Amino acid sequence: MTAITHPSRAGTPDGDGSPVLTAAELAAVRADFPLLARTVRGDRPLVYLDTAATSQKPEVVLDALQDFYLQRNAAVHRGAHQLAEEATEAFEGARRDVAALVGADEGEIVWTTNATAGINTVAYAISNATAGRGGEAARRFVLREGDEIVVTESEHHANLVPWQELCARTGARLRWIGVDDDGRLRLDELATVVTDRTRVLAFTHASNVTGAVTDVPAFVARAREVGALTVLDACQSVPHMPVDLHALGVDFAVFSGHKMLGPTGVGALYGRRELLEAMPPVTTGGSMVEVVTMETTTYAPPPLRFEAGSQMVAQAVGMGAAARYLDELGMAAVAAHEAEMTRLLLDAVTSVPGVRLLGPADARDRLALVSFVVDGVHPHDAGQVLDDAGIAVRVGHHCAQPLHRRLGAQSSTRASAGVYTTAEEIAAFADGLARVRHFFGLEGAR
Amino acid sequence: MSGMEQLYQQLILDHAKDPYGRGLQDGAAGESFQVTPTCGDEVRLRVHLGADGRTVERVSWEGQGCSISQASVSVMAGLVEGVPAGEAERLGETFRALMQARGAGLDADAEDRLGDATAFTGVARYPARIKCALLGWAALRDALAKAGADLGGAGTMDIDEEER
Repeated sequence: MTAITHPSRAGTPDGDGSPVLTAAELAAVRADFPLLARTVRGDRPLVYLDTAATSQKPEVVLDALQDFYLQRNAAVHRGAHQLAEEATEAFEGARRDVAALVGADEGEIVWTTNATAGINTVAYAISNATAGRGGEAARRFVLREGDEIVVTESEHHANLVPWQELCARTGARLRWIGVDDDGRLRLDELATVVTDRTRVLAFTHASNVTGAVTDVPAFVARAREVGALTVLDACQSVPHMPVDLHALGVDFAVFSGHKMLGPTGVGALYGRRELLEAMPPVTTGGSMVEVVTMETTTYAPPPLRFEAGSQMVAQAVGMGAAARYLDELGMAAVAAHEAEMTRLLLDAVTSVPGVRLLGPADARDRLALVSFVVDGVHPHDAGQVLDDAGIAVRVGHHCAQPLHRRLGAQSSTRASAGVYTTAEEIAAFADGLARVRHFFGLEGAR
Repeated sequence: MSGMEQLYQQLILDHAKDPYGRGLQDGAAGESFQVTPTCGDEVRLRVHLGADGRTVERVSWEGQGCSISQASVSVMAGLVEGVPAGEAERLGETFRALMQARGAGLDADAEDRLGDATAFTGVARYPARIKCALLGWAALRDALAKAGADLGGAGTMDIDEEER
């Protein structure tokens, strides 16, 4: 973790030299999120532990949306008037801000409606290349008989189903890296599952169920050995830890706005510039073209080639504001604060009898989220008891059915923290969790 | 009673712990498998008709899910036993109406017909849980339809249900 040097950033070095949020800084952060002050289920203070599903939004993001609509709203990339200039600058400025947060160049960030759309864009571009589109440049993406696509057993359905579909369309074979009983990816399987036949290696940066952070360099190194493209699902990492996509060396990455304090309806696809330049378009229509005749069309360079039709301009501007907000806090400070929340969440879950943690109990390389199973109590029922105490958690399979199956659970309850989460909130969660089995008349609770 | 106590009435907790009709049996006239995709709750239900081809002799089922979904199947299995298929279907409609009542319940006559199933009145205050309570009833309706049971002109009030 690097030291904070930006004077405006939060965080002061603690004993280890890591930046942490002081109590005053954390209070200031919380004050930026008006929703956190509301009550639920009567007069219970809200304890929001569902940030891995969607984060709350700071006022600067809402202000950016409102400012765009009240002051700058116009069609981007066209129009000879001042408003169009300002709208375009806000849209492209947001692209620069998002790129800067993740260590990318602005031309490498494609706006998408969400992370799922980003993964589908890559999958369908490969599909289109295989169907002969994109000319000579796109031949590097063509799938042939015997080719394989490798994912992991930890994936969110968004990074699994599009690859299943691509395999079904092209005849490629889908394989996967397994997880161990702790929920960590089996790095030893990289050598056997990823082979010369592997054309795409798609994997999560951090599991939305186990919180385990992937050893990205090991995956990238193996992919490079065999010449496979890497696709990183960075939805859970970008909001919670420093991410430098150039340093990681992945070929593609996706993340969504709404999980990183931004609006819904917007996400980003990162692609290494030379790859985006070689990729055939996926969604076609207006805005992504150069010359159109009745017979044929030539396409704009990336990123516009992948942004057909009217874009979610205000949401993109909001995502840019979220990126600036996180950058000003400093992602190292965010990660250091959340590392403390990780320890508290793990303590909470592992200290209650009859509760089984899904995922590593070790706080190292782990996000501040815990999924767990309460013995004898269905996750919906556990979540309802917590909700009654004002504690918002996620229940279900979290769009990761294969991972739940692997870990021996049909579904689970998940508590997930964010930069605004406090130790007091996690203490309230621990109290609520201790009441769950008692409520349903099961022993092992107070 | 707090909202939680209205939601988790003792009758519901008892049925969840010791469900009625659980365990699939052979000789069914119709079978249905229903799942709630968002949470993975599922039920496989068989309807067994009497010799007249129109009386629900019994319902047998297997399932996994939350206490609301499992208790609801259990209560339903007891409620429709020995009841003409058409009346069972109408009970389902009444139960679906109960789930749309936002916790206010139904008129005395309707509640009388629903019997123990009125314990689910409080579920209707929690929109996310309504699907849990309806899962088994959706399976019953589907199984009756597949059995080709004579429903005696029952309507098909369509309330958002999960089917596969």
